[in-house]
Amino acid sequence: MQTILKTEHVNKYFYEPQKFQVLKDINLEVRQGEFLSLVGKSGCGKSTLLYVISTMDTDYEGTLEINGMQLTGKTQNELARFRNEHIGFVFQFHFLLPEFSVLQNVMIPALKLGKYTEKEIEARAMEKLKLLGVEEHATKRASKLSGGQQQRVAIARALINDPAIIMGDEPTGNLDSYNSQVVFDMFRQITSEFGQTIITVTHDEEFAANSDRVVEMSDGMIIGSKANLRPEKQ
Amino acid sequence: MNLAFQIAKTHLYAKPRQTIVAMLGVTFGIAMFITMVSLMTGLNNFTEELTMTSTPDIRIYNDVTEPRPSILEEAFPKESGLKVVHHPKPKNETPKLRNAFQMAELLRKDPMVLGAAPLLTSQVFYNYGPVQLNGNIAGVDIMEEDKLFDLRSKIITGRLEDLLTSSDGILMGSGLARKLNMRTGDRVVITTPEGFTMTLKIIGTFQFGLGTIDNTKAYANIATVQKILQKDQSYITDINIKLRDINQAKPKAVELQRLFGYKAEDWETANATFLTGSIIRNILTYSVSITLLVVAGFGIYNILNMTIHNKMKDIAILKATGFGAADVRNIFMIQSLVIGFFGSIFGLILGLFFSYLVSLAPFNGGDFISIDHLPVNFNLKFYVIGLIFGLSTTAIAGFLPSRGAGKIDPIEIIRGQ
Repeated sequence: MQTILKTEHVNKYFYEPQKFQVLKDINLEVRQGEFLSLVGKSGCGKSTLLYVISTMDTDYEGTLEINGMQLTGKTQNELARFRNEHIGFVFQFHFLLPEFSVLQNVMIPALKLGKYTEKEIEARAMEKLKLLGVEEHATKRASKLSGGQQQRVAIARALINDPAIIMGDEPTGNLDSYNSQVVFDMFRQITSEFGQTIITVTHDEEFAANSDRVVEMSDGMIIGSKANLRPEKQ
Repeated sequence: MNLAFQIAKTHLYAKPRQTIVAMLGVTFGIAMFITMVSLMTGLNNFTEELTMTSTPDIRIYNDVTEPRPSILEEAFPKESGLKVVHHPKPKNETPKLRNAFQMAELLRKDPMVLGAAPLLTSQVFYNYGPVQLNGNIAGVDIMEEDKLFDLRSKIITGRLEDLLTSSDGILMGSGLARKLNMRTGDRVVITTPEGFTMTLKIIGTFQFGLGTIDNTKAYANIATVQKILQKDQSYITDINIKLRDINQAKPKAVELQRLFGYKAEDWETANATFLTGSIIRNILTYSVSITLLVVAGFGIYNILNMTIHNKMKDIAILKATGFGAADVRNIFMIQSLVIGFFGSIFGLILGLFFSYLVSLAPFNGGDFISIDHLPVNFNLKFYVIGLIFGLSTTAIAGFLPSRGAGKIDPIEIIRGQ
């Protein structure tokens, strides 16, 4: 399996209210198709690490490489373009654009990328919505959907550009057990069937236990990395 | 860009009331600008036209008050030293222009000159019972004068041609005729300051629309006025000139003054007060309109800031999914420009409507100018300026908040949840 994401000696500091080191010499390597969970107590720096490797946060020391491309030192606009094409996001709060329809929400990142025509994008968006079982809500306004439905739409949006990596910041944190299971199954399917990589920050122990690898953090350091042996994977 | 436009459109449609309020700010600003500028320039043009109909482009006359070399300097031109003559006054000096007819003939051959009319004026008193009304009579070649001032269109009663065949006929200002209680065909007795008295026949009346002329002036043949003044047949005091291009008046006046050795005065110098008035009116119009637009601009600034504040989450997600700072900025710039564009268009329409209403408003110019409605200038130029004004204010007002939106850090918003 080839390496999709690699960090070397990443350090990060917060300066408010006083100087504080949040990430201490993080060396992380993620392989393609891996389903990785980042766990640890609140304030251990796992979300901060996620935002660094998501390219949204550029204020760090060390280097970040995704898909063999060095991303440290690139401009915000270059990074935005990179995220658009290679990274999908699923957040704890669903962050759909409330004025737009479900379908439009899914289509926007693809329209931004501009790789396909609008017709094709619409067809692809419907396909993703079908995959997540929310296609019957396609024409509804995003704000009219329930939390679980919104999160599924958010996953469809994350998938629309077929990104190499999908990053989740507690994607099940706000969901009931049924919807959590739906999201988990979806992630599982994405990695095994489509070969995409998933990195999520989670507090959900069961969720973490069922992923391929659990990386545990404490006080800004990685203190353990444990691969879960899964029968169907072996 | 197309995507930014779609997102901007959805935002605008999602909050119709807020969008309309922002537009109304621009609309009223532009409408006021159009109304004011139309009325002000209408007034300017009207007064300018009035003065132009009563002042020639260039007037040549003998200015006896011009400083001239004293008799000592003439007698001893080579001697140095102090030569003082106290209180010199012109003697045997009349306002007569020598060879005036030849000068006029020469001027008419000039390709820049449309018409040149020699004339002489006399101060007179019109006798009205025991009262004497002050006024003046201009002796003119009426056909040449018509070329200069389009007299024919100002005649109310009588005909221009009647003056040619009459040796004691006058065309009288309508205001003066009313004061004297006289009509065409009546006779009026005039007295000159020198004491010469004569009876003249009114063969017609005219109206310039300007009180200072209509209430004092009368036209007669050159010979008639020469008779009133008891002067010879070559006695002419002024030459009025009309040019093909009015803007050439100033340099041409200088040239003519040098050529003939008489004072040549252009219309701009003669009407300096009117021109200052129109400049001040223009300053007023533009400053009021700009103030209104600045207020509208602040409105847009506020509304956009509010929208952006409410849309923080959306901006964060857009940036997370790959929108750059410029893309986000464009979304809000487009909103601001759309508000500006439609606000301005509605403003132009409203402004046109307001100016139309103003042009219907009755207005009494009194004795000074004869108008019954406010003059309004419907010039396309102002509508173009208005549109540019509206778009540029909204662009400026929208730029700062939009740029701010582009700079929003998505992590702060996402983590802040």
